[in-house]
Amino acid sequence: MKPGWEAVIGVETHVELSTRSKMFCRCPVDVDAAPNTACCPVCLALPGALPVPNEQAIEDIVKIGLALDCAINERSLFYRKNYFYPDLPKNYQISQYTFPVCEHGSIEIEAEDGPVTVGITRVHMEEDTGKSTHVGDGGGRIHDADHTLLDFNRAGVPLVEIVTEPDLRTPEQARAYGSELQRIVLALGVSDAKLEAGSMRFDVNVSVRRTGDPEFGTRTETKNVNSLRSLQRVVAFEIDRQVELIEAGGSVTQETRHWNEETAQTAAMRSKEESEDYRYFQDPDLLPLEVSEPWRDAILASLPELPADRRARYVEAGADAAAAELLADSRGLSSRFEEAVAAGANARTVAIWLTGDVVAHLRRIDGDIDATVLSGDHLAELSAMVEAGELSSSAAKDVLTATIDGEGSPRDIAEAKDLMQVSDVGEIEVAVDAVLAANADAVAKIADGDMKPMGFLIGQVMRETGGKADPKVVQQLVRAKTQG
Amino acid sequence: MPVDIDIAKVAKLARIALTDDELDQYGHQLEDILEHAERVQALPTEGIEPTSHPMPMVNGFRRDEVGECLDPDSFLSQAPDTRDGQFRVPRILGE
Amino acid sequence: MTDLADLTIARAASGLRTGEFTAADLLEAVMRRATMTEAQLHAYLTLDHEGAATAAEEADRAFAAGQDHGLLQGIPIALKDNMCTRGVETTASSKILSGWVPPYDATAVARLRAAGAVITGKTNMDEFAMGSSTENSAFGETRNPWDTDRVPGGSSGGSAVAVAAGSAFGAFGSDTGGSIRQPAALTGVVGMKPTYGLVSRYGLIAFASSLDQIGPFARTVEDVVLLLEAVAGFDALDSTSIDEPTPGFGDALRTGVEGVRVGVVTELMGEGIDPEVRAAVQATVDRLADAGAAVGEVSLPSSEHALSAYYLIAPAECSSNLARFDGVRYGHRSSIEGTTEDMMSHSRAEGFGPEVIRRILLGTYALSAGYYDAFYGQAQKVRTLVRRDFEEAYADYDVLVSPTSPTTAFPVGERAQDPLAMYLSDVCTIPSNLSGDPSISVPVGVDADGLPVGFQIMAPALGEQVLFQVAAEVERLVDFQDRARLATSDEVKP
Repeated sequence: MKPGWEAVIGVETHVELSTRSKMFCRCPVDVDAAPNTACCPVCLALPGALPVPNEQAIEDIVKIGLALDCAINERSLFYRKNYFYPDLPKNYQISQYTFPVCEHGSIEIEAEDGPVTVGITRVHMEEDTGKSTHVGDGGGRIHDADHTLLDFNRAGVPLVEIVTEPDLRTPEQARAYGSELQRIVLALGVSDAKLEAGSMRFDVNVSVRRTGDPEFGTRTETKNVNSLRSLQRVVAFEIDRQVELIEAGGSVTQETRHWNEETAQTAAMRSKEESEDYRYFQDPDLLPLEVSEPWRDAILASLPELPADRRARYVEAGADAAAAELLADSRGLSSRFEEAVAAGANARTVAIWLTGDVVAHLRRIDGDIDATVLSGDHLAELSAMVEAGELSSSAAKDVLTATIDGEGSPRDIAEAKDLMQVSDVGEIEVAVDAVLAANADAVAKIADGDMKPMGFLIGQVMRETGGKADPKVVQQLVRAKTQG
Repeated sequence: MPVDIDIAKVAKLARIALTDDELDQYGHQLEDILEHAERVQALPTEGIEPTSHPMPMVNGFRRDEVGECLDPDSFLSQAPDTRDGQFRVPRILGE
Repeated sequence: MTDLADLTIARAASGLRTGEFTAADLLEAVMRRATMTEAQLHAYLTLDHEGAATAAEEADRAFAAGQDHGLLQGIPIALKDNMCTRGVETTASSKILSGWVPPYDATAVARLRAAGAVITGKTNMDEFAMGSSTENSAFGETRNPWDTDRVPGGSSGGSAVAVAAGSAFGAFGSDTGGSIRQPAALTGVVGMKPTYGLVSRYGLIAFASSLDQIGPFARTVEDVVLLLEAVAGFDALDSTSIDEPTPGFGDALRTGVEGVRVGVVTELMGEGIDPEVRAAVQATVDRLADAGAAVGEVSLPSSEHALSAYYLIAPAECSSNLARFDGVRYGHRSSIEGTTEDMMSHSRAEGFGPEVIRRILLGTYALSAGYYDAFYGQAQKVRTLVRRDFEEAYADYDVLVSPTSPTTAFPVGERAQDPLAMYLSDVCTIPSNLSGDPSISVPVGVDADGLPVGFQIMAPALGEQVLFQVAAEVERLVDFQDRARLATSDEVKP
């Protein structure tokens, strides 16, 4: 960022819940079904139809709220947000206004410049709209369309909106926030949180001000950002644009913008003539929501371990921070890591294997870890062999890939490939003695204080033993016997 | 207190296309009705909770179970304009 | 011999079981009555001859097979046109829904079908239930069978008239501010609004969701009970439906009023109430006292503001409820070309009648930024005050009574151009909608013009037992035998 400037960033995230049925009716949540085949009187807003809230969706939003350290309102209310748009069947969206389900939370994120606490203003429940397809010469763009087709399969899918305080300051922090939120939602199992598929999407508010200025600048809102990379780029672009604008003597207009992936720019959306007046009022078709303390407590007790806690636990166990993050982000890696550590493996070694060699090999074979036979027990066995000096760490990597490829257990593979190390001192001593006897010159040089032939002698012993001798033992013996 | 209504703005918000004469007529009628309704404004209601629901009930949930959907033909056949199993509307943005 | 069309449901149900007549006979009787009266009354928008004949056949087959699904089996019942009927056009008397055939049944309709009722057709109403005269129908007004120059009341005027004229044994309507009780009073039949949440609203085309209730019309209190029992009870498709077992109400009909505390609402017996109406109501109160009821006067001080609060709350909710009629998924679409927004605005302007437009505009304004607190917010608080008044009154009284309507049936056209005068027709009925409590209108006499007067009984929430107890006693004490002119055999002969 240009020196002398500071950005103020807030993010609103929409998350589609992966409940079986929609928010207010029993249609399946199935946005891939043929158009309008997952619809009923309620989600089509046929005359007379009424909404009935999905209990699971309320439980899921409470989970999200608790994971974000929010206060859960014992009583919250559904409101109608009134606006006309053809993808909104009722021409109002059932949402929340005052008294959302969750408020006043926070989330810790790790950005490149250190940890940041991001305040969560509110987490509220609402419903998704239908899907519009703009048809015309413009290749699906609304501006050139001559008509629009509407599919209401997505209408009424439960949607959770998570709103932050304006606590973020850099594009990297915005990305780290988005990423951590996605991890939490995935860990809770309440959404598939697929950014590219739109089941998780960001609206990002950005303003800039001169460093030290207590006032916020005028903000813009960029809607429907659908990747973490774009989130970062949108913020970076907006910061630069706004700073340039102000420095050139202009001013920022409060407006809604959209992100064009191809041009890597934001652009103002065609603005409406007047600001919307949503005429919020409490939905008379729906009763107040009551999340009783016992219910809240039961949900709290059922929460899975959160990603941050899991990472901390892995670091505690011995993994380094980067490996801990990679492990915690993958169910397949983390389950094997935990199994291996539980079976007594060296956590640091296993973490490195899983996040390095295993991931690399899977990428090579274009495979999924859950489609392989690799188990935590395999890793523990391998770790034990290395710890016992039975296998060199480079041989261990070969054994590991062979294990993934299904060639057998690590020990079977090591034996079959004749990779087991000789650690027996007596056996190695015979070889050492033979090498020393055959290389009297070298031994004499060492005795004179020239240590250069040491490596040569050790190499000769390794060759003599076919590479299977434990190098540490060889080194010890050669040193002891030449230096008297 | 006479009520002054920007009736054109209200009609636009309600998506009802009215002629100037109609706007004028509805505007006057609304002003009459609201003057009558203004009597409720005089009532002392400080500290009174609003009533949104006649019955003191909460939640009214259903379980997360999938039920039957409608046969698309049963509602698409009632629609003013459809194409390829979808509802069709004119362009959304103006020229 | 009495025309079968004039029997009560209870009497018809018994005759069906003794084999005195068949469901097909009953249907034929009401359809014949409809043929004779409809040209003058226009109670029905749709007479479903075919569907009704099939249902009557099924009922007769069930009787023959010894299957009995309850006392409504084989009984011809009419439905207000805002109740969705699968496969039968449902318009809520609006041009915007002209030709719309619902792909589903309202819960109340499904329960009636399951009970073996024979649905005769769909009755006329004020468009989207907005009105008190059934003049605001896009398809022409309904006339009062007692005097065809007069309105039948509204908005469920068609249902009231079908029952009064004998073109149905019973009917269902919806009551948002008096739309069942007021037309019942003006047509000399019994009409009842149940406790909010007792009957599912699923499939009832919404006017004002926090006030709307489906309820029955019939010619006797006992018949009203039979109709209510068939549709009442929890429905998983309506979040606001009361999740408690519904008791049978039949026992309440024979217990008398000895010791029952009856409060006459002072504010609804004074200014603005026609003297003849007041006199008929007072005479009924006196009879109740003679029969052993403990009668007193009670004040509902907030009731004078109830009307104003109602005319903010109901339009606000309707402005949102009716937003879905936009020409996209069903109903009328304007042929004027333009953007989707133009299409919606013109479809709505062309499809809605003036009263509906008036209320949508009023409600949109009352909810808009800067006015919410002054109008809608304040009205919701007044609603709380009305509820408190009722709570206090019910501490001392079991039921409250008043006229149902300030006047008897008024001439067609009299109030059509004066919205405020029309709104005043609902002054006695609105408080029960705001409180959500049950209320019933029972005919208790006629005025000098021979027009029926309705007596309103109100009870606390889920107080249907005591409501029917008093209503049945009023019916017995008054012994109201007059019939609408157009329902008497002299007049209805072809």
